[in-house]
Amino acid sequence: MNNIIAPRDMFGKTLLELGEINDNIFVINADVSKATKTEEFAKKFGDRYINVGISEQNMVGVAAGLARVGFISIMSTFASFAPGRCYDQIRQSIAYSNLNVKVASTHPGLAVGPDGAMHQCLDDVALMRELPNFIVLAPSDQIETKKAVIKAIEYNGPVYIRIGRMECPIYFKEDWDFEIGKAYILKDGSDVTLIAHGSMVHIIYEASDELEKEGISVRVIDMPSIKPIDTKVIIKAAMETRGIIVAEDHFIYGGLYSAVCEVTSNFSPCIVKAIGVQDIFGESGSPLELYKKYGLTKENVILKAKEILKS
Amino acid sequence: MNDVLDLKIKATQIRLDLINMIYESKSGHIGGSLSSADILTVLYYNVMNIDPNNPNWEERDRFILSKGHSVEAYYSVLADKGYFPKEELKTYCKFGTRLIGHPNNKIPGIEMNTGALGHGLSIAVGMALGAKMDNKSFRVFTLMGDGELAEGSNWEAAMAASHYKLNNLIGIVDRNKLQISGNTEEVMSLEPLEDKWKSFGWDVLTTDGNDIEKLIDTFNAAIASANDKPKLILAYTTKGKGVKFIENKANWHHRVPTEEEYKAAISELQELMEVYLNEQNIK
Repeated sequence: MNNIIAPRDMFGKTLLELGEINDNIFVINADVSKATKTEEFAKKFGDRYINVGISEQNMVGVAAGLARVGFISIMSTFASFAPGRCYDQIRQSIAYSNLNVKVASTHPGLAVGPDGAMHQCLDDVALMRELPNFIVLAPSDQIETKKAVIKAIEYNGPVYIRIGRMECPIYFKEDWDFEIGKAYILKDGSDVTLIAHGSMVHIIYEASDELEKEGISVRVIDMPSIKPIDTKVIIKAAMETRGIIVAEDHFIYGGLYSAVCEVTSNFSPCIVKAIGVQDIFGESGSPLELYKKYGLTKENVILKAKEILKS
Repeated sequence: MNDVLDLKIKATQIRLDLINMIYESKSGHIGGSLSSADILTVLYYNVMNIDPNNPNWEERDRFILSKGHSVEAYYSVLADKGYFPKEELKTYCKFGTRLIGHPNNKIPGIEMNTGALGHGLSIAVGMALGAKMDNKSFRVFTLMGDGELAEGSNWEAAMAASHYKLNNLIGIVDRNKLQISGNTEEVMSLEPLEDKWKSFGWDVLTTDGNDIEKLIDTFNAAIASANDKPKLILAYTTKGKGVKFIENKANWHHRVPTEEEYKAAISELQELMEVYLNEQNIK
């Protein structure tokens, strides 16, 4: 486990590497550079970094203005504050104006832990997924985070990247090629399909290990590209396995669960069960305590998988 | 175009064009468009370095219409400058048009989609900051409504502009003292507005925003200023300027003239135009 770092640390490291080779990158922060790990970039590339203070609405406008005069703007804060605090600015000045701004938000979901519901953004994927022109990425391990950040910056247009705070086991190799719009099958199987993004990939992977011990064949899919979504992989899973479970550290409304259901109901209806936060705000606790209370656990995944197989 | 009389003629033509657009489409924001027509005329025909034949010219001065609802005056100016055919103004707000009811950056010459209030100044801050970072000499202008200053985001941006010493940024407030539901001071007091901007670290210049000559002088003074502060032109205007029965009435914020009103408005502006044209012939 020694080589494992949290996705947000990888985000900071990747920006630093990209800063060396691309002098068009401009990083904007709203007074949380320590937490979003953009501090090193700030130290090294002070002329391409600003801290706008605690003013997220202004941060979006500044990022949009910089993009309009030719920079690749990367604005970062906690997901609760962007899109949370400045959705209108993101909608009008980035999405509708279709500008080359990357909204890189850390601290998503219950995984934020002790800070409680105020900071636990469980609605960001829903908010960002519905905006035309936006690509929405939610990588899982550090390698996927790095590749997603690189691809987001290469892509000319608005991208939302949800960057986790919890460490995640490494599933991908350094030389692997990440593509926007693709899902990745971590394990192939034929009885039931488990799909997740971000911190929940680790949990469905562990659940699949247990299920396999009982002779159940499990397909495990990491789905970092929530928009555009890999419809082929979803349809195949719907047709080839007996049902799908979607797990995410997000409300069950509007996130990946909804996105998967939109595909299956349109092309290949099947049972799709949700592991996510119900219609309720979080609270204080360690990430794992909260995951347990709100049902974001491998035990719950296993239970739902068995329900599918019984039906 | 520097002659004051030429600019007065131009501003009157813009007013005629925008009233035609609004009447034709049965939609639009007539009061704020009329109040800002002189400011836009002076900016586009006298102040800004632009090239309508090359709308993406890197060194162009940037303009953001933060009060995006006054788009009819803006489209009229852009069409007259040659960014798109004047004929296209007839399609305003109609199905399939590029000229939608708020600024649209698919139209040559328009930098940003605006109209959600309180956004323009932050965008202008980003652009001005970008110019400084890139050692570019272009300037950034943004026109704000006075009613929209109740949006707190403006004051985040105002703070940032002076913090980053953006003396390449010129904000203009169309201070017509009316917003959709009434007098700005009754809806949400803005005064003392000049002091507010000053206290945020801006150089404030006040002027009559419907007086072409004074506007030119004020813009020149703002540009000539050698200090490192962003500049704010507090332009006192009359909402609905140019058509007597529309002037200073909040209910004309978003009202379409009847046929009778339309004819009266056009004839009043045409009379003014004739006065200017006669003056020009005498000269």
